[in-house]
Amino acid sequence: MRRYFGRKLLIYGLTFFLAVTIDWMIPRFMPGDPIANMLSRATVNVENAQLMYDYFEQVFGLDVPLWRQYLNFWAALFRGDLGISVYMFPTPVTEVIMRAVPYDVFLLLPAILLSWYAGNKFGAFAARSKWLDNTVLPIGYILTATPYMWLGILLAWVFGVVLGIFPLAGAYGFDVRPQFSWTFIWSVLKHWFLPFASIFLVRFGGWAIGMRNMIIYELDADYSHYLEALGAPRKLVRQYAYRNAILPQITGLSLDLGIIVAGALVTEVVFSYPGIGTLILQAIQNQDYFLLQGCFLFIIIGVLLANFVIDFVYVIVDPRTRLGMVGETA
Amino acid sequence: MTNTTERTPKETQPERATSKETRSEFLYFALRNNKLRIGLAVILFFLVLAVVGPWLTDYEPYAYVNPGGAQPPSAEHWFGTTMFGQDVFTQFVLGLRSTFIVGAIGGGLGTLIGIVIGFTSGYQGGIVDEILNVITNIILVIPTLAILLIIAAYLEVRGILMESIFIGFTAWPWAARAVRSQTFSLRARDFVDLAKLSGRNSWKIIFGEIAPNMMSYLLLTFILQFGGAILNAATLDFIGLGPTNAVSLGLMMNNAVMWGALLLGVWWWFVPPGLAITAIVGALYVTNVGLDEAFNPKLREM
Repeated sequence: MRRYFGRKLLIYGLTFFLAVTIDWMIPRFMPGDPIANMLSRATVNVENAQLMYDYFEQVFGLDVPLWRQYLNFWAALFRGDLGISVYMFPTPVTEVIMRAVPYDVFLLLPAILLSWYAGNKFGAFAARSKWLDNTVLPIGYILTATPYMWLGILLAWVFGVVLGIFPLAGAYGFDVRPQFSWTFIWSVLKHWFLPFASIFLVRFGGWAIGMRNMIIYELDADYSHYLEALGAPRKLVRQYAYRNAILPQITGLSLDLGIIVAGALVTEVVFSYPGIGTLILQAIQNQDYFLLQGCFLFIIIGVLLANFVIDFVYVIVDPRTRLGMVGETA
Repeated sequence: MTNTTERTPKETQPERATSKETRSEFLYFALRNNKLRIGLAVILFFLVLAVVGPWLTDYEPYAYVNPGGAQPPSAEHWFGTTMFGQDVFTQFVLGLRSTFIVGAIGGGLGTLIGIVIGFTSGYQGGIVDEILNVITNIILVIPTLAILLIIAAYLEVRGILMESIFIGFTAWPWAARAVRSQTFSLRARDFVDLAKLSGRNSWKIIFGEIAPNMMSYLLLTFILQFGGAILNAATLDFIGLGPTNAVSLGLMMNNAVMWGALLLGVWWWFVPPGLAITAIVGALYVTNVGLDEAFNPKLREM
């Protein structure tokens, strides 16, 4: 088990190092000059522009050699300082991101966990039952193949525009103020539902199919046949199969996180949901590299943390990892 | 997405791919497999549309051909026109082309790199395997989109080809993992040991002894990579980091949303591109399952 976690930590550490390095490179080597860009929006005369340029270069820490900038970047990172947003100057990037994070947690956590749970249950249920297998699983394949944004667009169009049941954009209505009241909570939930539904549906299909295939495989295993031969009830055999089949699905959850996050980002863009996804779009459109940088870093840290949590869950669920019988889990 | 089906455990039986008997048996099951038939039919339909489509239209994708603005489908404009009076059908068929190009090149490259890395680490084992495995896992954990965003934002001018190549370069870990685990199980077989005893070099053994025995598996991997590349490209295009000099289905959806097609109810602008992507990728997945059933006797329907 120590080996298991040691290995994991090494990989996560290296991943983090690599990610931060790539992240640091973004504003330095990307075309376009963010400072000049920002100054061009404020109309100042040429002399002052140069002065301001120097000033901002110093503010953003771009006036020292590259290697120093790299070291400074790491130092600042550990202080939780990700620089200052160009687009929303002078708000620190950390603050901008922290404002968006609650929405992401609120949207992603239920969508990921619920779709995983429901998809697995449903997939296990559908396996080896001819009727469900032939009718519902094709739908599962179609759902996993759907691009997140398209499902989002469709839902927004059908339920938001045609039927007019759900609002189209934002996290809560313009007519309510963030406070603890039923109208506000209702408004938040209404705005939350469609983006949640589109992420949920796409993932649901994927998990259901994966689980169905795993269960079929497990039901063919020797232990299942043995149980059947002993005359064990169908339900019991399935229970054992489910417990074995759930393990790869847990690994799958950690492997798919990156893809799910990418899907969630575009879903947010469709619904203008004020999470990291919308922030990234704004950052790209306004060439706000510091914000872009912060968003990536945040996503990567989030994915790594989630992976780590899943590793813990895996150890709890699968006793073999605890005893060090299998070294290879992810 | 790509991985849900990839994760399914499969036991590769040595297939004797060369023997006539096995091949006709495979064909027997393949031709009678409904999933395979439906999947291939859908893919073929869109492929033909992508190849022939651009000849069926007289318009340029971005030319303002209809002064009336957005108009629902008609005999003149089969898929209607956009808010600017551009012909949607023209954009759609050209976008289909891009989709297939991205899938083939991106998916092909991803599979190729995955195969090389998977074979190397699976066959060599030991320290080489350790290092390659760590690299694979690192790239697997970093959200692919993040890397693609960075690269895409770097480039002022982006083409379909570039996009496909970058997608291929970030998508290979899935393939590498799949190939590696298969290679592991085949490496321990007697015929590989015999080949080693005969003194052949590693790559000859890999491509002469191991690869033919997992041909079906490699094909399945390629199909999934193909679908994954298409979805990745759609995501990238939708954020506005797609090709700058071409038409793509993701770009169409991006434009539609940006210009308020939703609110104005211009459904013919955003429904076809997403529908095509869903149909193609879904058909790929279904084909994948169908092929799997045809290759693997254990999965055949009873």
